[in-house]
Formats: sequence, C-alpha cells, structure tokens
Amino acid sequence: MSQKEEADRFLAQMESFANAMKESVGVPVLMDQKTGSLLWYSQRELKLRYVISVERVRKFFESLPEGKILATRCRVTGKVFFPPQRDCPDHPGEELEWVELPNQGELLTFTMITVKPYSFSHYDDYIVGIARLENGVNVLAWVREKDPKKLRVGMKVRLVVTRREPEGYFTYEIVPADQDA
Amino acid sequence: MPRRVAIVGTGHSKFGVRSDASIPELAWEAISEAMKEAGIEGRDIDLVVMGNVGGWSSEPLPAIVSLEYAGLEGKPVYRVEAACATGSAAIKAARDAIASGDADIALVFGVEKMNESPTPTVVEFIGRAGNYFWEFENFGLTFPGYYALYATAYMSKYGATEEDMCMVSVKNHYYASHNPKAQFPRKIDVESCMGSRYVAWPLKLLDSSPITDGAAAVVLASEDVASKLTDSPVWIEAIGAASDTSNLSKRAQFTSLRAARLAVEQAYKRAGIERERAASEFDLAEVHDCFTIAEIMAYEDLGFARPGEGYMLAREEQTYIGGLIPVNLSGGLKAKGHPLAATGVSMAVDIVRQLHGRVEKGRQAPIKRGRAIAHNIGGTGHYAYVTIYSSSKPR
Repeated sequence: MSQKEEADRFLAQMESFANAMKESVGVPVLMDQKTGSLLWYSQRELKLRYVISVERVRKFFESLPEGKILATRCRVTGKVFFPPQRDCPDHPGEELEWVELPNQGELLTFTMITVKPYSFSHYDDYIVGIARLENGVNVLAWVREKDPKKLRVGMKVRLVVTRREPEGYFTYEIVPADQDA
Repeated sequence: MPRRVAIVGTGHSKFGVRSDASIPELAWEAISEAMKEAGIEGRDIDLVVMGNVGGWSSEPLPAIVSLEYAGLEGKPVYRVEAACATGSAAIKAARDAIASGDADIALVFGVEKMNESPTPTVVEFIGRAGNYFWEFENFGLTFPGYYALYATAYMSKYGATEEDMCMVSVKNHYYASHNPKAQFPRKIDVESCMGSRYVAWPLKLLDSSPITDGAAAVVLASEDVASKLTDSPVWIEAIGAASDTSNLSKRAQFTSLRAARLAVEQAYKRAGIERERAASEFDLAEVHDCFTIAEIMAYEDLGFARPGEGYMLAREEQTYIGGLIPVNLSGGLKAKGHPLAATGVSMAVDIVRQLHGRVEKGRQAPIKRGRAIAHNIGGTGHYAYVTIYSSSKPR
C-alpha cells in the first residue's frame, strides 16, 4: 500500500466514524485513538492549490522543454543567480541576462525521503541531492538512483532535463555520471 | 540607553498529543501559570506578543482567540513568526518593547496545536517551509529531509556515525524521563534508536523531534517593576539573531548553520563572552535538537566544540550533567517535544527554573555561574535566535 493509500484510508475511516456519530448522537465527533479525547470532525474541507507568478522568469520554463536549464547573470558583476531571478540586489534597474547552466558537477549532499509529504505520497521513495556545478552554482533536485548507499559526497554528476511522471511536465534532475543519460 | 529586562514569571503546559485541549485552552494553561508566578493580573499587562506558526490548526487568528479566552481582550497584541524559532522571536519583540520604554510588563506566549491535522498534512506543511516554489514544488523535501542533507555532508566530512547521532537522542530521552512536562518522559537506548525506521536517510524516527501540541509563557518586566515583583528575576542579558537563504542550494556548506554562527557571535559580543571559553561560561544550554544532527552542529556553532568535533562530545557523553556543559536537561525538542512556536518560550521557562534550582531532581544542573544559553533555530537554519539568561543583573 502506498503512503497515499494509507493516508487516504485513515482519513476515510475518520470520516465514516464521524458520519456514524452524526447518525447516532447527532454531532460529528470522534474519539482520538491516542488519548480517548473527544474531537470535532470539521465539516468544512478546503482544497488548496496555488497559482504562482512566473512571468518574470518565463524564459526558464520556455527553455526546459528544449532541454536547457537557464540561470540569470548580472552584466556588471557576472554573478549568476539560480534559481533565476529578474533583479540583481547590487544593481537595481540593471537587466540580467539569461545563461545556460553547465551540466557537469559534483554531489555535495543527499538524502532519501521515506516519510513523504501528502502531495508526494503517490511516489516511490525518492532521493534528493544538491549538486555543485562547474561554475560554482548549486542546484537541488531529485537524484536518479534508488539506493542512497550507491551515492557518495563528491561523486561526479550531471544535471539533465527530465519529464516528471505521472504528472507529465518538464523539470530537471541530477544523474550520477556513471549512468547513461 | 535601553532598559534592563527580566523574566518574572513562567508557565508551561504538558507537551504531547493534547487532543484534550483546544488552542486557547492550551494557551491558558501556560498563561495562567506564568501570570500567577509573576503575581500579576490582566490589568498589569501593557503588551502581549504571541507566537504561532499554524497552518495545520484551525484558527487563523490564534492570538485573538487566546486573549479572549484568557480575559485579556483589549490588550495590544501581535503574532510573530520565525518558524521553529518563533518563541524566541516573540521574546525578543517583547524585550525590545520594554527596553525602549514602550511597556513595563509584557506577556509572551507560544502555542502550537499540530495534531489538528493528519500527520501527512503536517509533514507537508513543514516540508514547504524553505523555498516552496523552487525546492518543494518539484522535489518534495520534508523537515527531516532538509536536516538529513546536513547529516550526510557532516558524516561524510568528519566521519561521524549514525550511532553518534543516536547518542544525542539517548541523552535527551534520559533527561526527559525526569521531566513530567515532556512528551516522551522515558529512556531509550542506542539499539532502539538504531533500529528505528528511516524517515529521511540517514535520519531515523528516533533522531527526530515529534509532532507536538503545547504552550509556554513568560512574563517580562522592566528593571523597576521586576524588583517589585520578585526577589529572583532572571535577566535577558543578550540576544543575537540572524537568518540565511530560503533555498538550501544557495548555502556554501552543509556542516554548520551560518545563521546560528552569526547569532552566536552577536550574543557573545554583547555579553562579553569569548567563543573559545563559552562552555565554561554557562551552567547549562538548551539547544535546538529538532534532529540529532542539529544538536551536534549546535555544539560547534556555539563554540563548545571545534568544527568537526561536535559528535565527539556526544560520543564521550560530555553534555550530560558533570560533563563539559550540560545540554538539553529538559529533554530537548527530541523528547520534551517540539510545538514549534512554544519551543523558544519553553527553553526560556526551563532555563529560568534551572537557574532558580527548582526543576525535578535528576535533571537539575548545579548552578554556579547563574547563567545559561538558549539556541533556537527556525526552519533549516533559516532563522536563528541565541539568548543569554542570567540571574545577576547585566552590566
């Protein structure tokens, strides 16, 4: 059973218990399994999904499907910004230029997420790592590997564009250099 | 010239799964105890600063809801947020108001009711606390996951082991076993810690602080008022505060928290403490052990150990009573519990009671210098607050 099925089953159990209580005692209450205290099962459910402004970094998302991972660079200092941002704090008003990130780097650190957030609970356990690219810029992403013991700090990695399933959208991931692209 | 500020009353609820109490009821447990201890009534309070992180709990205006319940409606109040360091930020805000002359008596309380949502939802909310768009949206970090990135880098660089990290957990559970307010007042051993399941490799369940409900409160007063209210004020000698990048990828290294180092530097400078001698300046420390690796990094960021040697303090049991410096005699976040916004206030409450020599036998530090330090981190080193408390009046 995936963590999502487990979580959904738990919630469904609570709901059916509260519904039964509405039938029998007339209010949606239930006993806390851990403490025996009486809980009110809220009758209001809120679905939360954000719409987030990316207009000023739209080129980043337009370039991903072409296989390119872009950052921005200050024309004055040469400082590279990743995640890309429109403004350089040191040079207000100066327009930054878009540059492609190098795809070679080394792994700085990593972890495997086994207890997952609800909105990630449909995935198998996944490894998240941070890579330092050749230009000194760090990128955090999933690592294409299932066993954290096969990874080590300092190993050579590549940064590649990938399609995230089952959602089906372009993002990027870190690939150990000894794996095929 | 800023005025001196002291803690004159403390209150602390039982931490744990507190399904028996709502947010205002839980807050009241801490508030009423702190006011009673300070010997004040509602009309004496000039300002209330409230801490709550929320999201997982139902009330969007928990400060207002709690004040109405406590009969304190009408008081000036605001809610502060600095993630897991919210409680310390609230203390700083109230301290600043009194120091400036804007208030004579301030009530500070932090309350968190994390069990109002199912666990996967809580895991999600805390995982979003970093940079939501660039690091959570696509990569689904969790709170243990963020600290696990530090653990992997630290272990790789310095050779610390999972057993070393478990030693921290064993110590904090040991002291929690003497603290009736703790969520887990029971001992564990290294074997049970090592045998617990991974939540974010290499961190295990017993490396991790739990999901906790709880509240803590302190009453702060100006020097003139404090001397009328109590014979044993505990002074806020110095506060250091700092922050760091939201994106973990923008950090230079993953073996130490930059925000903590900056906050420590400020606090030590203000209190005239030399970093190299820091461990001998305090009777005890309460540090932010949301995960065992965090306590190990705290030893180094506070100057109790040199960089890369913090895990040796855990391995050699140097942070028990009788060692180099006793750390987390309350049980820490790990075993006392971590109701986010209550944590910093809880550290203050326990330190005051320690300095008074009135905590439970078995976890009372010998008090010689009358000075202790609280190290409270928000998020994954996103915020840092370091507060030095002293029973002698600061210069």
